[in-house]
Amino acid sequence: MKVKVLCRNPDDYVRETTRDIQRVPRNYDPTIHPFEVSREYTRALNATKLERIFAKPFVASLDGHRDGINCLAKHAKTLSVVLSGACDGEVKIWNLSKRECMRTIQAHEGFVRGICSRFCGSSFFTVGDDKTVKQWNMEPPGRGLQEEPLNTILGKAVYTGIDHHQTEGTFATCGQTVDIWDEQRSSPIRSFSWGVDSFSCVRYNPVETELLASCASDRSIILYDMRESAPLKKIIMQLRSNTLCWNPMEAYNFTCSNEDYNLYTYDMRRLDVPVTVHMDHVSAVLDVDYSPTGKEFVSASFDKTIRIFPKNSGHSREVYHTKRMQHVICVKWSADNKYILSGSDEMNIRLWKANASEKLGLLTPREKAALNYNQKLRDKFQHHPQVRRIARHRHLPRDLFKQKRELREMKEARRRKAQNVRKHSKPGSVPLVTEKEKHVVSVVE
Amino acid sequence: MAREERRRNEERNRKGVKAVPATMAGGGNNEEELSPDDEHIISASEEEDGSDDESKHAKLLEAISSLGKRKRMKRTERSEASVQVSEFSVNADGTGEKVNLSDLLGTMDKTPGAPNKTKQQLKNLQNRKETLELPLSKQQTEKIQREVAYDKSSKEVSRWETVITQNQKAEQLVFPLRQDPTGPKRMEQVVAGWKAKTPLEKEIFSLLHSNNQPIHDPLLTPAEEASIKAMSLEEAKIRQAEFRKARVLQSYYEAKARRERKIKSKKYHKLQKKAKVKAFLKQFDEMMKTDPAGALEELKKMELSRMQERMSLKHQNSGKWAKSKAIMAKYDDAARKAMQEQLEMNKQLTQKLVVPSDDDDDEERNVEEADALPDFVNDPEPILDSVNPWMRGKLTQEHSEPEVTAVATETAVETKDEGQNGQREDEEEEENEEEKLLREFERKRKLRQDEDDDLVPVPQEEKQVIPVDVAEAEEVAGENVIQISDDEDKEEEEEEVVVSEFNSLFNRLMKSSSVPPVPEQTGAEEAELLDEGLVRVRTMDDLEALQQDVVMDTTQPAPASATPAPSMETTSEPPKKKKKKKGIDPNEVLTKEAKVIKMPLAPTVVEEEEEEVHAEQTAIIKEAFAGDDVISDFLKDKRKQEKAGQAEVVDLTLPGWGEWGGVGLKPSKRKRRKFRLKAPAPPLRKDQNLPDVIISEKRNSSVANHQVSQLPFPFQNSTQFESCVRFPVGQTWNTQTTFRKLTAPKVVTKMGAIIEPMSKEDLPPVKESSGAGSGATIVLGEKVEEETKKARRRNPLQKKKKKSRQ
Repeated sequence: MKVKVLCRNPDDYVRETTRDIQRVPRNYDPTIHPFEVSREYTRALNATKLERIFAKPFVASLDGHRDGINCLAKHAKTLSVVLSGACDGEVKIWNLSKRECMRTIQAHEGFVRGICSRFCGSSFFTVGDDKTVKQWNMEPPGRGLQEEPLNTILGKAVYTGIDHHQTEGTFATCGQTVDIWDEQRSSPIRSFSWGVDSFSCVRYNPVETELLASCASDRSIILYDMRESAPLKKIIMQLRSNTLCWNPMEAYNFTCSNEDYNLYTYDMRRLDVPVTVHMDHVSAVLDVDYSPTGKEFVSASFDKTIRIFPKNSGHSREVYHTKRMQHVICVKWSADNKYILSGSDEMNIRLWKANASEKLGLLTPREKAALNYNQKLRDKFQHHPQVRRIARHRHLPRDLFKQKRELREMKEARRRKAQNVRKHSKPGSVPLVTEKEKHVVSVVE
Repeated sequence: MAREERRRNEERNRKGVKAVPATMAGGGNNEEELSPDDEHIISASEEEDGSDDESKHAKLLEAISSLGKRKRMKRTERSEASVQVSEFSVNADGTGEKVNLSDLLGTMDKTPGAPNKTKQQLKNLQNRKETLELPLSKQQTEKIQREVAYDKSSKEVSRWETVITQNQKAEQLVFPLRQDPTGPKRMEQVVAGWKAKTPLEKEIFSLLHSNNQPIHDPLLTPAEEASIKAMSLEEAKIRQAEFRKARVLQSYYEAKARRERKIKSKKYHKLQKKAKVKAFLKQFDEMMKTDPAGALEELKKMELSRMQERMSLKHQNSGKWAKSKAIMAKYDDAARKAMQEQLEMNKQLTQKLVVPSDDDDDEERNVEEADALPDFVNDPEPILDSVNPWMRGKLTQEHSEPEVTAVATETAVETKDEGQNGQREDEEEEENEEEKLLREFERKRKLRQDEDDDLVPVPQEEKQVIPVDVAEAEEVAGENVIQISDDEDKEEEEEEVVVSEFNSLFNRLMKSSSVPPVPEQTGAEEAELLDEGLVRVRTMDDLEALQQDVVMDTTQPAPASATPAPSMETTSEPPKKKKKKKGIDPNEVLTKEAKVIKMPLAPTVVEEEEEEVHAEQTAIIKEAFAGDDVISDFLKDKRKQEKAGQAEVVDLTLPGWGEWGGVGLKPSKRKRRKFRLKAPAPPLRKDQNLPDVIISEKRNSSVANHQVSQLPFPFQNSTQFESCVRFPVGQTWNTQTTFRKLTAPKVVTKMGAIIEPMSKEDLPPVKESSGAGSGATIVLGEKVEEETKKARRRNPLQKKKKKSRQ
């Protein structure tokens, strides 16, 4: 007699170890998995809710300064080290992983205006109100030794900002003029001036490392090439720009933070119109820094908030604020794209997550897969009203909320007025001016 | 200012004084003021060789003379060496002096070394009356400099454009951009950073140095290094194996050829030749089938050779060999045969070709005549579409025949040494195989080369792929949602009715989606905004409450925009294509039996059982609803709905206005007509032609809250958006790999790694023609259209396919 026996290969259903996941044979026949859209929609909704619930961006606060923090700098080679300069001339070096201050230096008399790390991370530079540029060793001095700068350059005027070249031993300062310095020399190798006598910020282009840009007090942004003897071009805007930051992944784009509550992203090849106007702040924007991936940037404002903007979006995707955080003066995005550091008036440096609901630490592959799936679902259903409503909801303090509403009303009124004027005047006599065009006064060659 | 100065210069010229053009715009003013002192200064300079006293005296005089005059600008003296010299504070002792060109060049005539040409030029210059043009002002020169520099730098910056656009379009970016290649490092790389520290090591090193051992110098040449970099280990192994095999084969062939060349037997060579001819014919036949164009080429070649033969006297039996054979022919059978063959060949070659004509009888004749020639000579030119069998020549079908004829002459010879021949054929087969191998290698190598220096652009499929998928999904969905089975009637009309009914169910969706609302700028802007409010969300309940808010929000403004806003369906019903609808008498349709709706969730039940069950079920239902007149109820319902939807006539006539009113009096007809307002007819009902369906066109607010009311920004039309939504990404519906691919995050960062900004090494190498470059994810050195790149990146399957093809 022939007996037929069902036989299965145990490899198909037996786990190798007990730690493995049970193998589940699956049938992907769509008829047995109906309602895929509605099921995914529900999942997406849940994912958005969870994302908002887990959105706890605040990580830590570093206190120790005795005055408002005026400038921040990242260590070029180490993620966990951050330098900060305060309004009383004190510079502190922080260890982020331990959340403690490693070293304190009384660097200047008066404000520390600017601070930057050398590209190799071995030393850092500070400029202050005492008209000096100082170079310091990153390593603390030996026991019993005084904190002494490696180099001190005494200038003629106050320096207001400093930035170091990406790969070479040169740095740029700004004050009455924009000066390019060689580290080995005590006088600038080049100094640019173009009808302005006070600059607030100078930044090297991290990609095209010979290019620089600076913000001046006459509402202008000036571009330089280190190799040329004269500046390249100047844009004059309606209000003054405070700082600017180059996109680290796009050589020709930079973003400047302006006094008119907005940020402007420019393409340096077409300066007459900004690429994007980023609006959302309700007070002057004081600092801006790009994420190292070049996809987003963070801005600090006088309105006591930090906002994160996608680089090509007109509005922010995130707003961070706490009760105790006052005017945020400086902000930095960490080099691993995970954290944001903000220094504010009330003497604290705050560490935030760049992605508010991100889980810190190592993730198991399954966790990762689940998070990716959730992210994908959120992206897929982001236009659906319920999902959008939940994903976009943010809490704002009352006064900020009011200010925002007020601003919106003002803007609407202005728009209405312009519309009316256009309506009651000869066709074509009142041209339509787009929001982008409004803010640039002129481009000077 | 400049104009003023020029005028002054002209004046001076009129006086006969040649002026050296001033370089500074501001110089003129100074000069003007100082002009009274000119004489003094000149005198002072004339007596330059005089003592200090004299100069002091001159100064004193100057001071005295200046006392009485108006206050003059003070000239500063340059007393110490300093880096920066103001243009205003230069002590110009010789300011007033006019230096004539003739003064400077007076010695020119005397110097013998000066060439005549320059002298002539100088003379011309002296004779010229007009002054030189002023150089541009400082501002202007600076402006020009700036412009030039700006153009240069912006051009420089533009080099990054390709990389940046690539990164923007990339599905996934992995940061940091430049990651060290994993895998073992070569000894030199490891050793490079290491130095001898301990005394023992130092000693060993010194010994090595004394013996001139290579320590640091690379063992590989740069070319070798590059080749190592270019391919992976396995690939290299495979290639090496191929090379080895090819080399072996080559040597084998060479040896064989040498051996064959040495064979003296004429017979052997004759056979060889014949075999070659045969092989050629075979190949030619093959070619006709596969590559008609190539065959035609071959044919032309053959024609040419034939013509050459005809022109020459090769087979005329007039050669040396033929003469000898002719003598031998009397006695030798074989020789006679050979002569015969020759003659036959001659006949074949010298035969005149007949042009094929269209007529039938001609054709027959042709067939006879053309027997000697292979048939394909008469074939029409190969036609491009080889698919169509009718377009091919008829004669090509009889390939076997020419072979036979060609071979026929040989048969006698062949039969003699069959055994040998058979062996040879075997050999030939082997050879063929080897050749095939070789060709294969060649092809592979070529392919690889192609890939190396130019990744073969893969046609961009991505865009087409999606719609296909969608269509499939649509079909599947359409089948799965409801299956309407009709047991009795299988007539076409009936089917169409079913289809049209089915269609019209989705018609509404279709129509609504076919008019996509234009994505407004303001809408897009608004979509970006965060909803910032005073509510702090902490728990799930809060989020639920948020949702409730949405419901409230959306319901309130809804009535205002309810009618015009075409809502986009987010549920899975796919819009189906419109088909021609037929007007059907409702009564006729309604007499039919109720249709059975088969739900998709019963695939396991066996068919027969189902039918039985089905019959039973219908019986039960009939019994249960024996008394109900469902159909008439339904019709009533529908009529009511239709009536409710119709526009009502509003009568606004007021009796007594403009005429007499009272009991029994009615307003006039004219007036009534005038004041009866008819509302415009409502749009046609969707279920107008569907007798057994009521389609409610009221907006369902509970569903509307979950629907997208406006077409989101990046999408062009609603079908795009719907297809995007319809395609599930979850593990429930996709295999593991697809799932992973679908849910791959856009940006991947490595934990604890510093992401350096882009550097010049990421820039593609500058080429004369193209500047395409490497992105973050892929490193391609060549110019491949971005679209194809994108496509490839999206479907790595394609890559795999390509690899496997190799």
